[in-house]
Amino acid sequence: MKKKYSIFNIARNAFSNHENWQKMWRSPEPKKNYDVIIIGGGGHGLGTAYYLAKEHGLTNIAVIEKGWLGGGNTGRNTTIIRSNYLWDESANLYEHSLKLWEGLTHDLNYNVMFSQRGVMNLAHTEHDIKEIKRRVSANTLNGIDSKWISKEEIKKLVPIMNTDNLRYPVLGASFQPRGGTARHDTVAWGYAMRADEMGVDIIQNCEVHKILTENGKVIGVETSKGIIQSKKVGVVASGHTSVLAESAGIRLPLQSKPLQALVSEPIKPVIDTVVMSNAVHAYVSQSDKGELVIGAGTDGYNSFTQRGGFDVVENTIRAMVELYPVFGKMKMLRQWGGIVDISPDASPIISKCDIQGLYFNCGWGTGGFKATPGSANVFAHTVAKNEPHSINAAFSLDRFVSGKLVDEHGAAAVAH
Amino acid sequence: MLIINCPYCGPREQCEFTNGGEAHVARPSDPEKVSDKEWSEYVFFRSNPKGIYFERWVHSHGCKKWFNAVRDTSTDKVLKVYEIKDEKPSLADLENSNLTTPSGEPEVGSGNFTVRKI
Ligand SMILES: Cc1cc2nc3c(=O)[nH]c(=O)nc-3n(C[C@H](O)[C@H](O)[C@H](O)COP(=O)(O)OP(=O)(O)OC[C@H]3O[C@@H](n4cnc5c(N)ncnc54)[C@H](O)[C@@H]3O)c2cc1C
Ligand SMILES: [Zn+2]
Repeated sequence: MKKKYSIFNIARNAFSNHENWQKMWRSPEPKKNYDVIIIGGGGHGLGTAYYLAKEHGLTNIAVIEKGWLGGGNTGRNTTIIRSNYLWDESANLYEHSLKLWEGLTHDLNYNVMFSQRGVMNLAHTEHDIKEIKRRVSANTLNGIDSKWISKEEIKKLVPIMNTDNLRYPVLGASFQPRGGTARHDTVAWGYAMRADEMGVDIIQNCEVHKILTENGKVIGVETSKGIIQSKKVGVVASGHTSVLAESAGIRLPLQSKPLQALVSEPIKPVIDTVVMSNAVHAYVSQSDKGELVIGAGTDGYNSFTQRGGFDVVENTIRAMVELYPVFGKMKMLRQWGGIVDISPDASPIISKCDIQGLYFNCGWGTGGFKATPGSANVFAHTVAKNEPHSINAAFSLDRFVSGKLVDEHGAAAVAH
Repeated sequence: MLIINCPYCGPREQCEFTNGGEAHVARPSDPEKVSDKEWSEYVFFRSNPKGIYFERWVHSHGCKKWFNAVRDTSTDKVLKVYEIKDEKPSLADLENSNLTTPSGEPEVGSGNFTVRKI
Protein backbone atom coordinates (compact mmCIF):
# COMPACT_ATOMS: atom_id res chain seq x y z
CA MET A 1 0.00 0.00 0.00
CA LYS A 2 1.33 3.40 -0.91
CA LYS A 3 2.04 5.54 2.13
CA LYS A 4 0.99 9.12 1.87
CA TYR A 5 1.99 11.94 4.11
CA SER A 6 -0.08 15.10 4.14
CA ILE A 7 -1.12 17.89 6.42
CA PHE A 8 -4.52 16.18 6.83
CA ASN A 9 -2.81 13.00 7.97
CA ILE A 10 -0.83 14.92 10.55
CA ALA A 11 -4.04 16.50 11.87
CA ARG A 12 -5.88 13.16 11.88
CA ASN A 13 -3.06 11.43 13.77
CA ALA A 14 -2.88 14.25 16.28
CA PHE A 15 -6.20 13.01 17.70
CA SER A 16 -4.54 9.73 18.68
CA ASN A 17 -1.39 11.40 20.02
CA HIS A 18 0.54 10.24 16.95
CA GLU A 19 0.55 6.71 18.32
CA ASN A 20 -1.30 5.07 15.43
CA TRP A 21 0.77 6.09 12.42
CA GLN A 22 1.04 3.42 9.74
CA LYS A 23 4.30 1.44 9.82
CA MET A 24 6.75 2.67 7.21
CA TRP A 25 7.65 -0.86 6.19
CA ARG A 26 6.66 -4.41 7.08
CA SER A 27 9.00 -6.56 9.17
CA PRO A 28 8.48 -9.99 7.58
CA GLU A 29 10.18 -13.23 8.50
CA PRO A 30 12.61 -14.18 5.75
CA LYS A 31 11.36 -16.44 2.96
CA LYS A 32 13.35 -19.53 1.97
CA ASN A 33 14.38 -18.15 -1.37
CA TYR A 34 14.90 -14.80 -3.07
CA ASP A 35 15.99 -13.67 -6.53
CA VAL A 36 18.43 -11.22 -4.95
CA ILE A 37 19.75 -10.79 -1.41
CA ILE A 38 21.33 -7.50 -0.43
CA ILE A 39 23.49 -7.62 2.71
CA GLY A 40 23.48 -4.28 4.54
CA GLY A 41 20.57 -1.96 5.25
CA GLY A 42 22.40 1.31 4.82
CA GLY A 43 21.51 3.88 2.18
CA HIS A 44 23.45 2.09 -0.56
CA GLY A 45 21.88 -1.31 0.14
CA LEU A 46 18.31 -0.04 0.50
CA GLY A 47 18.75 2.19 -2.55
CA THR A 48 19.98 -0.83 -4.53
CA ALA A 49 16.81 -2.76 -3.63
CA TYR A 50 14.69 0.26 -4.58
CA TYR A 51 16.28 0.65 -8.04
CA LEU A 52 16.24 -3.13 -8.63
CA ALA A 53 12.49 -3.06 -8.07
CA LYS A 54 11.78 0.22 -9.80
CA GLU A 55 14.05 0.04 -12.85
CA HIS A 56 14.67 -3.67 -13.31
CA GLY A 57 11.37 -5.20 -12.28
CA LEU A 58 12.91 -7.46 -9.64
CA THR A 59 10.84 -7.51 -6.47
CA ASN A 60 11.57 -10.88 -4.89
CA ILE A 61 14.39 -9.26 -2.94
CA ALA A 62 15.53 -9.28 0.68
CA VAL A 63 17.65 -6.61 2.35
CA ILE A 64 19.32 -8.17 5.39
CA GLU A 65 20.55 -5.88 8.14
CA LYS A 66 22.25 -7.03 11.33
CA GLY A 67 21.11 -4.01 13.34
CA TRP A 68 18.64 -1.31 12.40
CA LEU A 69 18.25 0.53 9.10
CA GLY A 70 20.81 3.28 8.69
CA GLY A 71 22.58 2.29 11.92
CA GLY A 72 25.90 1.98 10.08
CA ASN A 73 27.75 4.82 8.43
CA THR A 74 24.58 6.10 6.77
CA GLY A 75 23.34 7.32 10.15
CA ARG A 76 26.79 8.31 11.41
CA ASN A 77 28.10 10.56 8.68
CA THR A 78 28.34 14.33 8.37
CA THR A 79 26.14 14.28 5.22
CA ILE A 80 28.29 16.39 2.93
CA ILE A 81 27.29 16.06 -0.72
CA ARG A 82 29.36 17.28 -3.68
CA SER A 83 30.68 15.99 -6.99
CA ASN A 84 33.93 17.94 -7.48
CA TYR A 85 36.20 14.91 -7.95
CA LEU A 86 39.27 15.02 -10.19
CA TRP A 87 39.10 12.18 -12.70
CA ASP A 88 36.44 11.75 -15.41
CA GLU A 89 35.40 8.35 -14.02
CA SER A 90 34.69 9.77 -10.57
CA ALA A 91 33.15 12.97 -11.90
CA ASN A 92 30.68 10.84 -13.88
CA LEU A 93 29.81 8.71 -10.88
CA TYR A 94 29.45 11.47 -8.29
CA GLU A 95 27.68 13.81 -10.70
CA HIS A 96 25.24 11.02 -11.62
CA SER A 97 24.55 10.83 -7.92
CA LEU A 98 24.22 14.57 -7.41
CA LYS A 99 21.67 14.73 -10.24
CA LEU A 100 19.67 11.96 -8.55
CA TRP A 101 19.86 13.85 -5.23
CA GLU A 102 18.32 16.86 -6.96
CA GLY A 103 15.22 14.83 -7.76
CA LEU A 104 15.21 12.39 -4.85
CA THR A 105 12.61 14.03 -2.63
CA HIS A 106 10.17 14.00 -5.56
CA ASP A 107 11.15 10.54 -6.71
CA LEU A 108 10.55 9.06 -3.25
CA ASN A 109 7.78 11.51 -2.41
CA TYR A 110 9.48 11.79 0.95
CA ASN A 111 11.54 14.78 2.05
CA VAL A 112 15.23 13.89 2.26
CA MET A 113 15.96 17.54 3.15
CA PHE A 114 18.56 17.93 0.43
CA SER A 115 19.89 21.44 0.98
CA GLN A 116 22.11 22.85 -1.77
CA ARG A 117 23.91 25.33 0.42
CA GLY A 118 27.25 24.99 -1.39
CA VAL A 119 30.50 23.28 -0.42
CA MET A 120 33.82 25.05 -0.04
CA ASN A 121 37.26 23.38 -0.03
CA LEU A 122 39.90 25.71 1.44
CA ALA A 123 43.46 26.20 0.18
CA HIS A 124 46.09 27.04 2.80
CA THR A 125 49.35 26.58 0.91
CA GLU A 126 50.82 27.20 -2.53
CA HIS A 127 50.50 23.49 -3.23
CA ASP A 128 46.83 23.49 -2.16
CA ILE A 129 46.16 26.34 -4.59
CA LYS A 130 47.69 24.42 -7.50
CA GLU A 131 45.95 21.19 -6.63
CA ILE A 132 42.54 22.79 -6.09
CA LYS A 133 42.75 24.96 -9.22
CA ARG A 134 43.65 21.90 -11.25
CA ARG A 135 40.60 20.12 -9.85
CA VAL A 136 38.35 23.12 -10.56
CA SER A 137 39.55 23.07 -14.19
CA ALA A 138 38.95 19.33 -14.48
CA ASN A 139 35.47 19.78 -12.98
CA THR A 140 34.69 22.59 -15.43
CA LEU A 141 35.62 20.34 -18.35
CA ASN A 142 33.21 17.74 -16.96
CA GLY A 143 30.38 20.25 -16.68
CA ILE A 144 30.49 20.38 -12.87
CA ASP A 145 29.69 23.73 -11.26
CA SER A 146 32.99 24.16 -9.43
CA LYS A 147 34.81 27.48 -9.26
CA TRP A 148 37.81 29.11 -7.64
CA ILE A 149 36.95 31.87 -5.15
CA SER A 150 39.25 34.42 -3.51
CA LYS A 151 39.78 35.08 0.18
CA GLU A 152 37.51 38.13 -0.06
CA GLU A 153 34.69 36.04 -1.53
CA ILE A 154 35.18 33.45 1.21
CA LYS A 155 34.91 36.19 3.83
CA LYS A 156 31.63 37.32 2.31
CA LEU A 157 30.18 33.80 2.46
CA VAL A 158 31.58 32.93 5.90
CA PRO A 159 32.22 36.13 7.88
CA ILE A 160 33.15 34.24 11.06
CA MET A 161 36.18 32.61 9.45
CA ASN A 162 39.63 33.69 10.60
CA THR A 163 41.50 33.79 7.30
CA ASP A 164 44.75 35.55 8.22
CA ASN A 165 45.75 35.19 11.81
CA LEU A 166 46.61 31.48 11.84
CA ARG A 167 49.52 29.21 11.10
CA TYR A 168 48.21 28.23 7.65
CA PRO A 169 46.32 31.30 6.40
CA VAL A 170 43.36 30.81 4.08
CA LEU A 171 44.42 31.71 0.52
CA GLY A 172 41.34 30.85 -1.50
CA ALA A 173 38.96 27.97 -2.07
CA SER A 174 37.00 25.94 -4.54
CA PHE A 175 33.26 26.33 -4.28
CA GLN A 176 30.51 24.09 -5.61
CA PRO A 177 27.14 25.85 -5.19
CA ARG A 178 25.10 22.70 -6.02
CA GLY A 179 26.77 20.77 -3.19
CA GLY A 180 25.29 20.70 0.29
CA THR A 181 23.83 18.34 2.87
CA ALA A 182 20.84 15.99 3.31
CA ARG A 183 19.12 14.29 6.22
CA HIS A 184 20.96 10.95 6.57
CA ASP A 185 18.34 8.68 8.23
CA THR A 186 15.64 9.94 5.93
CA VAL A 187 17.51 8.67 2.92
CA ALA A 188 17.57 5.14 4.37
CA TRP A 189 13.93 5.34 5.49
CA GLY A 190 12.70 6.79 2.18
CA TYR A 191 14.35 4.07 0.11
CA ALA A 192 13.19 1.40 2.58
CA MET A 193 9.58 2.56 2.55
CA ARG A 194 9.29 2.72 -1.24
CA ALA A 195 11.18 -0.56 -1.77
CA ASP A 196 8.87 -2.23 0.75
CA GLU A 197 5.83 -0.95 -1.15
CA MET A 198 7.12 -2.67 -4.27
CA GLY A 199 7.44 -5.97 -2.39
CA VAL A 200 11.02 -5.94 -1.11
CA ASP A 201 11.42 -7.73 2.26
CA ILE A 202 13.43 -5.68 4.74
CA ILE A 203 14.79 -7.92 7.45
CA GLN A 204 16.36 -6.19 10.43
CA ASN A 205 18.14 -7.69 13.44
CA CYS A 206 19.39 -10.52 11.25
CA GLU A 207 23.11 -10.96 10.79
CA VAL A 208 24.69 -12.70 7.84
CA HIS A 209 27.35 -15.05 9.17
CA LYS A 210 28.52 -16.60 5.95
CA ILE A 211 28.07 -16.30 2.21
CA LEU A 212 27.37 -19.78 0.84
CA THR A 213 28.88 -20.92 -2.44
CA GLU A 214 28.98 -24.11 -4.49
CA ASN A 215 31.16 -24.80 -7.54
CA GLY A 216 32.12 -21.14 -7.86
CA LYS A 217 28.54 -19.93 -7.64
CA VAL A 218 26.61 -18.19 -4.90
CA ILE A 219 23.76 -20.25 -3.45
CA GLY A 220 22.67 -18.13 -0.49
CA VAL A 221 23.60 -16.86 2.94
CA GLU A 222 23.71 -18.32 6.41
CA THR A 223 22.14 -15.90 8.88
CA SER A 224 21.11 -15.68 12.51
CA LYS A 225 17.61 -16.56 11.23
CA GLY A 226 18.79 -19.57 9.28
CA ILE A 227 19.82 -20.24 5.70
CA ILE A 228 18.30 -18.08 2.98
CA GLN A 229 18.82 -19.10 -0.63
CA SER A 230 19.55 -16.87 -3.58
CA LYS A 231 21.54 -17.07 -6.79
CA LYS A 232 22.52 -13.41 -6.47
CA VAL A 233 23.98 -11.74 -3.41
CA GLY A 234 25.08 -8.09 -3.25
CA VAL A 235 27.32 -7.14 -0.35
CA VAL A 236 26.95 -3.51 0.73
CA ALA A 237 28.24 -3.67 4.29
CA SER A 238 30.80 -0.79 4.35
CA GLY A 239 33.38 -1.50 7.12
CA HIS A 240 32.36 -5.14 7.41
CA THR A 241 32.42 -5.97 3.70
CA SER A 242 35.84 -7.60 3.78
CA VAL A 243 34.79 -9.78 6.73
CA LEU A 244 31.83 -11.05 4.72
CA ALA A 245 33.94 -11.45 1.56
CA GLU A 246 36.38 -13.59 3.49
CA SER A 247 33.57 -15.97 4.41
CA ALA A 248 33.29 -16.70 0.68
CA GLY A 249 37.06 -16.89 0.22
CA ILE A 250 37.34 -13.53 -1.52
CA ARG A 251 40.06 -11.06 -0.56
CA LEU A 252 39.32 -7.37 -1.03
CA PRO A 253 41.86 -4.54 -0.97
CA LEU A 254 40.12 -2.80 1.94
CA GLN A 255 41.21 -1.64 5.37
CA SER A 256 38.63 -0.83 8.05
CA LYS A 257 39.16 2.12 10.36
CA PRO A 258 37.10 4.21 12.76
CA LEU A 259 36.11 7.66 11.50
CA GLN A 260 34.65 10.14 13.96
CA ALA A 261 32.28 13.07 13.99
CA LEU A 262 30.88 15.30 16.69
CA VAL A 263 28.15 17.88 17.16
CA SER A 264 27.95 20.97 19.33
CA GLU A 265 25.14 22.40 21.41
CA PRO A 266 22.60 24.11 19.12
CA ILE A 267 23.11 27.81 18.39
CA LYS A 268 21.57 30.45 16.11
CA PRO A 269 22.58 30.25 12.42
CA VAL A 270 26.24 31.26 11.96
CA ILE A 271 27.32 29.29 8.92
CA ASP A 272 25.03 28.63 5.97
CA THR A 273 27.35 26.66 3.73
CA VAL A 274 29.73 23.71 4.17
CA VAL A 275 33.42 24.45 4.70
CA MET A 276 36.08 21.77 4.43
CA SER A 277 39.83 21.99 4.80
CA ASN A 278 42.18 19.17 3.94
CA ALA A 279 45.33 20.93 5.10
CA VAL A 280 44.30 21.62 8.69
CA HIS A 281 41.74 18.80 8.75
CA ALA A 282 38.52 20.41 9.87
CA TYR A 283 35.16 20.57 8.24
CA VAL A 284 31.89 21.95 9.43
CA SER A 285 28.29 22.68 8.57
CA GLN A 286 25.34 23.68 10.71
CA SER A 287 22.33 21.40 11.02
CA ASP A 288 18.74 22.61 10.84
CA LYS A 289 18.58 22.19 14.61
CA GLY A 290 21.49 24.62 14.94
CA GLU A 291 24.17 22.13 15.95
CA LEU A 292 27.58 22.46 14.38
CA VAL A 293 28.32 19.18 12.63
CA ILE A 294 32.06 18.62 12.73
CA GLY A 295 34.00 15.86 11.03
CA ALA A 296 37.22 14.49 12.45
CA GLY A 297 39.69 12.07 10.91
CA THR A 298 40.28 8.33 10.84
CA ASP A 299 42.40 6.56 13.41
CA GLY A 300 45.81 5.53 12.12
CA TYR A 301 45.20 1.82 12.55
CA ASN A 302 42.66 -0.87 11.59
CA SER A 303 39.85 -1.34 14.06
CA PHE A 304 36.24 -2.44 14.25
CA THR A 305 35.48 -0.68 17.55
CA GLN A 306 32.97 1.98 16.56
CA ARG A 307 34.66 4.54 18.80
CA GLY A 308 37.88 6.21 17.66
CA GLY A 309 40.76 7.82 19.54
CA PHE A 310 40.47 11.04 21.50
CA ASP A 311 43.61 12.55 19.98
CA VAL A 312 41.90 12.55 16.58
CA VAL A 313 39.06 14.69 17.94
CA GLU A 314 41.55 16.94 19.69
CA ASN A 315 43.40 17.64 16.42
CA THR A 316 40.20 18.57 14.65
CA ILE A 317 38.99 20.82 17.45
CA ARG A 318 42.37 22.57 17.49
CA ALA A 319 42.00 23.38 13.79
CA MET A 320 38.34 24.39 14.20
CA VAL A 321 39.08 26.86 16.99
CA GLU A 322 41.88 28.41 14.99
CA LEU A 323 39.71 28.80 11.88
CA TYR A 324 36.63 29.95 13.80
CA PRO A 325 37.71 31.62 17.05
CA VAL A 326 34.03 32.34 17.89
CA PHE A 327 33.52 28.60 18.49
CA GLY A 328 36.22 28.57 21.18
CA LYS A 329 33.88 28.47 24.16
CA MET A 330 31.24 26.14 22.73
CA LYS A 331 30.35 22.81 24.27
CA MET A 332 30.26 19.62 22.27
CA LEU A 333 27.22 17.43 22.82
CA ARG A 334 27.99 14.10 21.23
CA GLN A 335 30.84 12.26 19.58
CA TRP A 336 30.70 8.93 17.74
CA GLY A 337 32.56 6.73 15.29
CA GLY A 338 31.73 4.63 12.26
CA ILE A 339 33.85 1.92 10.63
CA VAL A 340 34.86 2.96 7.14
CA ASP A 341 36.29 0.68 4.43
CA ILE A 342 39.23 2.39 2.79
CA SER A 343 40.49 1.31 -0.64
CA PRO A 344 44.02 1.89 -1.97
CA ASP A 345 42.99 4.64 -4.42
CA ALA A 346 40.28 6.28 -2.29
CA SER A 347 37.70 5.21 -4.88
CA PRO A 348 34.87 2.71 -4.44
CA ILE A 349 34.65 -0.88 -5.70
CA ILE A 350 31.37 -1.61 -7.51
CA SER A 351 32.08 -4.94 -9.06
CA LYS A 352 31.49 -8.57 -9.84
CA CYS A 353 34.06 -11.06 -8.59
CA ASP A 354 35.36 -14.57 -9.32
CA ILE A 355 32.27 -16.13 -7.74
CA GLN A 356 29.27 -16.10 -10.03
CA GLY A 357 26.34 -14.15 -8.61
CA LEU A 358 28.38 -12.38 -5.93
CA TYR A 359 28.62 -8.60 -6.22
CA PHE A 360 30.33 -5.96 -4.10
CA ASN A 361 29.58 -2.31 -3.54
CA CYS A 362 32.18 -1.11 -1.06
CA GLY A 363 35.33 0.90 -0.55
CA TRP A 364 33.32 4.10 -0.10
CA GLY A 365 35.51 4.79 2.88
CA THR A 366 35.12 8.24 4.36
CA GLY A 367 33.00 9.71 1.56
CA GLY A 368 30.18 7.57 0.26
CA PHE A 369 27.08 9.26 1.61
CA LYS A 370 27.08 11.75 -1.27
CA ALA A 371 27.13 8.84 -3.66
CA THR A 372 24.18 6.97 -2.15
CA PRO A 373 21.62 7.37 -4.97
CA GLY A 374 24.15 7.09 -7.81
CA SER A 375 25.94 4.10 -6.34
CA ALA A 376 22.68 2.29 -5.61
CA ASN A 377 21.43 3.04 -9.10
CA VAL A 378 24.46 1.67 -10.98
CA PHE A 379 24.89 -1.24 -8.57
CA ALA A 380 21.28 -2.28 -9.20
CA HIS A 381 22.12 -2.31 -12.91
CA THR A 382 25.26 -4.38 -12.26
CA VAL A 383 23.33 -6.96 -10.21
CA ALA A 384 20.33 -7.14 -12.53
CA LYS A 385 22.28 -7.36 -15.80
CA ASN A 386 25.33 -9.18 -14.43
CA GLU A 387 27.51 -6.51 -16.02
CA PRO A 388 28.55 -3.04 -14.92
CA HIS A 389 26.73 0.11 -15.96
CA SER A 390 29.03 2.29 -18.11
CA ILE A 391 29.37 4.62 -15.11
CA ASN A 392 30.82 2.00 -12.76
CA ALA A 393 32.83 -0.05 -15.27
CA ALA A 394 36.01 1.74 -14.17
CA PHE A 395 35.39 0.83 -10.53
CA SER A 396 35.81 -2.92 -10.86
CA LEU A 397 38.07 -5.11 -8.75
CA ASP A 398 40.43 -5.90 -11.60
CA ARG A 399 41.78 -2.34 -11.62
CA PHE A 400 44.10 -3.42 -8.79
CA VAL A 401 45.67 -5.96 -11.13
CA SER A 402 45.69 -3.86 -14.31
CA GLY A 403 46.95 -0.84 -12.39
CA LYS A 404 44.27 1.43 -13.84
CA LEU A 405 43.52 3.07 -10.51
CA VAL A 406 41.20 6.04 -10.04
CA ASP A 407 43.34 7.97 -7.60
CA GLU A 408 41.13 10.40 -5.70
CA HIS A 409 43.28 11.00 -2.64
CA GLY A 410 43.27 14.72 -3.37
CA ALA A 411 39.49 14.95 -3.56
CA ALA A 412 38.58 12.29 -1.05
CA ALA A 413 41.27 11.41 1.44
CA VAL A 414 40.46 13.99 4.09
CA ALA A 415 37.41 15.77 2.74
CA HIS A 416 34.32 13.60 3.00
CA MET B 1 43.39 5.94 23.57
CA LEU B 2 45.26 2.65 23.50
CA ILE B 3 48.26 2.01 25.66
CA ILE B 4 50.93 0.22 23.68
CA ASN B 5 53.86 -1.44 25.36
CA CYS B 6 56.95 -0.52 23.34
CA PRO B 7 59.36 -3.47 23.75
CA TYR B 8 62.17 -0.93 24.23
CA CYS B 9 60.57 1.92 26.23
CA GLY B 10 57.59 0.40 28.05
CA PRO B 11 53.91 1.42 27.98
CA ARG B 12 53.13 4.65 26.13
CA GLU B 13 50.04 6.29 24.63
CA GLN B 14 49.14 5.26 21.11
CA CYS B 15 49.61 8.78 19.70
CA GLU B 16 53.37 8.37 20.22
CA PHE B 17 53.30 5.55 17.68
CA THR B 18 52.63 5.23 13.96
CA ASN B 19 50.98 2.13 12.59
CA GLY B 20 52.79 0.34 9.76
CA GLY B 21 49.98 -1.95 8.58
CA GLU B 22 49.98 -5.73 8.47
CA ALA B 23 53.08 -7.56 9.69
CA HIS B 24 54.82 -10.56 8.10
CA VAL B 25 54.08 -9.55 4.49
CA ALA B 26 57.03 -10.70 2.42
CA ARG B 27 58.06 -8.86 -0.73
CA PRO B 28 58.28 -11.32 -3.63
CA SER B 29 61.94 -12.28 -3.81
CA ASP B 30 61.94 -12.36 -7.61
CA PRO B 31 59.71 -9.46 -8.73
CA GLU B 32 60.32 -10.01 -12.47
CA LYS B 33 59.02 -13.55 -12.22
CA VAL B 34 55.72 -12.94 -10.47
CA SER B 35 52.48 -12.43 -12.38
CA ASP B 36 50.53 -9.17 -12.32
CA LYS B 37 48.01 -10.88 -10.07
CA GLU B 38 50.65 -11.89 -7.52
CA TRP B 39 52.27 -8.48 -7.66
CA SER B 40 48.89 -6.87 -7.11
CA GLU B 41 48.39 -9.08 -4.04
CA TYR B 42 51.65 -7.82 -2.61
CA VAL B 43 51.02 -4.15 -3.39
CA PHE B 44 47.31 -3.68 -2.66
CA PHE B 45 45.84 -6.57 -0.70
CA ARG B 46 46.20 -6.82 3.07
CA SER B 47 44.27 -8.84 5.64
CA ASN B 48 41.50 -6.90 7.34
CA PRO B 49 40.23 -9.28 10.02
CA LYS B 50 37.73 -8.50 12.70
CA GLY B 51 39.65 -10.22 15.45
CA ILE B 52 43.28 -11.26 15.77
CA TYR B 53 45.56 -9.07 13.66
CA PHE B 54 49.35 -9.06 13.34
CA GLU B 55 50.63 -5.56 12.73
CA ARG B 56 53.69 -3.31 12.72
CA TRP B 57 54.19 -0.19 14.78
CA VAL B 58 57.00 2.36 14.99
CA HIS B 59 57.57 4.36 18.14
CA SER B 60 57.90 7.55 16.09
CA HIS B 61 57.83 10.00 19.01
CA GLY B 62 60.07 7.83 21.17
CA CYS B 63 62.89 5.41 20.40
CA LYS B 64 61.92 5.37 16.68
CA LYS B 65 62.26 1.59 16.57
CA TRP B 66 59.92 -0.72 14.66
CA PHE B 67 58.27 -3.69 16.34
CA ASN B 68 55.31 -6.01 15.84
CA ALA B 69 52.11 -6.41 17.83
CA VAL B 70 49.12 -8.72 17.94
CA ARG B 71 45.86 -6.88 18.52
CA ASP B 72 42.21 -7.90 18.55
CA THR B 73 40.63 -5.39 16.19
CA SER B 74 37.16 -6.03 17.60
CA THR B 75 38.18 -4.83 21.07
CA ASP B 76 41.46 -3.00 20.36
CA LYS B 77 43.09 -5.08 23.05
CA VAL B 78 46.82 -5.47 22.42
CA LEU B 79 47.61 -9.11 23.11
CA LYS B 80 51.34 -9.18 22.54
CA VAL B 81 54.24 -7.03 21.38
CA TYR B 82 57.40 -8.59 19.98
CA GLU B 83 60.55 -7.63 18.14
CA ILE B 84 60.75 -7.54 14.37
CA LYS B 85 63.29 -10.38 14.38
CA ASP B 86 60.97 -12.64 16.41
CA GLU B 87 58.88 -15.41 14.90
CA LYS B 88 55.19 -14.81 14.32
CA PRO B 89 53.62 -15.88 17.64
CA SER B 90 51.21 -18.79 17.56
CA LEU B 91 47.67 -18.11 18.74
CA ALA B 92 48.27 -20.38 21.74
CA ASP B 93 50.88 -17.95 23.10
CA LEU B 94 48.45 -15.07 23.22
CA GLU B 95 46.71 -15.84 26.50
CA ASN B 96 47.52 -14.11 29.79
CA SER B 97 47.97 -10.69 28.37
CA ASN B 98 47.68 -7.98 30.98
CA LEU B 99 47.93 -5.08 28.61
CA THR B 100 45.01 -2.71 28.81
CA THR B 101 42.76 -1.04 26.31
CA PRO B 102 41.58 2.49 27.00
CA SER B 103 41.38 3.56 30.58
CA GLY B 104 37.91 2.92 31.94
CA GLU B 105 36.24 2.47 28.55
CA PRO B 106 34.50 -0.80 27.81
CA GLU B 107 36.64 -3.22 25.88
CA VAL B 108 34.03 -3.62 23.22
CA GLY B 109 32.94 -0.59 21.26
CA SER B 110 29.30 0.27 20.83
CA GLY B 111 27.62 -1.72 18.14
CA ASN B 112 29.94 -4.67 18.59
CA PHE B 113 27.84 -6.63 21.04
CA THR B 114 25.57 -8.02 18.38
CA VAL B 115 28.38 -8.93 16.07
CA ARG B 116 29.63 -12.46 15.99
CA LYS B 117 33.23 -12.77 14.98
CA ILE B 118 33.49 -14.73 11.77
C1 LIG C 1 31.94 10.01 10.89
C2 LIG C 1 31.68 9.83 9.43
C3 LIG C 1 31.53 10.95 8.61
C4 LIG C 1 31.28 10.81 7.26
N1 LIG C 1 31.04 11.93 6.51
C5 LIG C 1 30.68 11.82 5.22
C6 LIG C 1 30.30 12.98 4.48
O1 LIG C 1 30.29 14.11 5.00
N2 LIG C 1 29.96 12.82 3.16
C7 LIG C 1 29.98 11.60 2.55
O2 LIG C 1 29.69 11.54 1.37
N3 LIG C 1 30.29 10.47 3.24
C8 LIG C 1 30.63 10.55 4.56
N4 LIG C 1 30.95 9.41 5.28
C9 LIG C 1 30.97 8.11 4.60
C10 LIG C 1 29.56 7.55 4.46
O3 LIG C 1 28.91 7.55 5.70
C11 LIG C 1 29.59 6.12 3.93
O4 LIG C 1 30.45 5.99 2.82
C12 LIG C 1 28.20 5.67 3.47
O5 LIG C 1 27.22 6.09 4.38
C13 LIG C 1 28.18 4.17 3.33
O6 LIG C 1 26.86 3.73 3.15
P1 LIG C 1 26.55 2.20 3.06
O7 LIG C 1 25.08 2.07 2.88
O8 LIG C 1 27.45 1.59 2.06
O9 LIG C 1 27.06 1.63 4.46
P2 LIG C 1 26.34 1.59 5.93
O10 LIG C 1 25.38 2.69 6.12
O11 LIG C 1 27.46 1.45 6.89
O12 LIG C 1 25.53 0.27 5.81
C14 LIG C 1 26.09 -1.02 5.89
C15 LIG C 1 25.19 -1.85 6.74
O13 LIG C 1 25.61 -3.20 6.70
C16 LIG C 1 25.29 -3.78 7.93
N5 LIG C 1 26.05 -5.01 8.09
C17 LIG C 1 27.39 -5.14 8.29
N6 LIG C 1 27.72 -6.44 8.42
C18 LIG C 1 26.57 -7.14 8.30
C19 LIG C 1 26.26 -8.53 8.35
N7 LIG C 1 27.20 -9.46 8.56
N8 LIG C 1 24.97 -8.89 8.18
C20 LIG C 1 23.99 -7.97 7.99
N9 LIG C 1 24.23 -6.65 7.93
C21 LIG C 1 25.51 -6.24 8.09
C22 LIG C 1 25.64 -2.70 8.94
O14 LIG C 1 24.97 -2.89 10.16
C23 LIG C 1 25.20 -1.44 8.21
O15 LIG C 1 23.93 -1.00 8.58
C24 LIG C 1 31.21 9.51 6.66
C25 LIG C 1 31.38 8.38 7.46
C26 LIG C 1 31.60 8.53 8.84
C27 LIG C 1 31.74 7.30 9.70
ZN1 LIG D 1 60.10 2.98 22.10
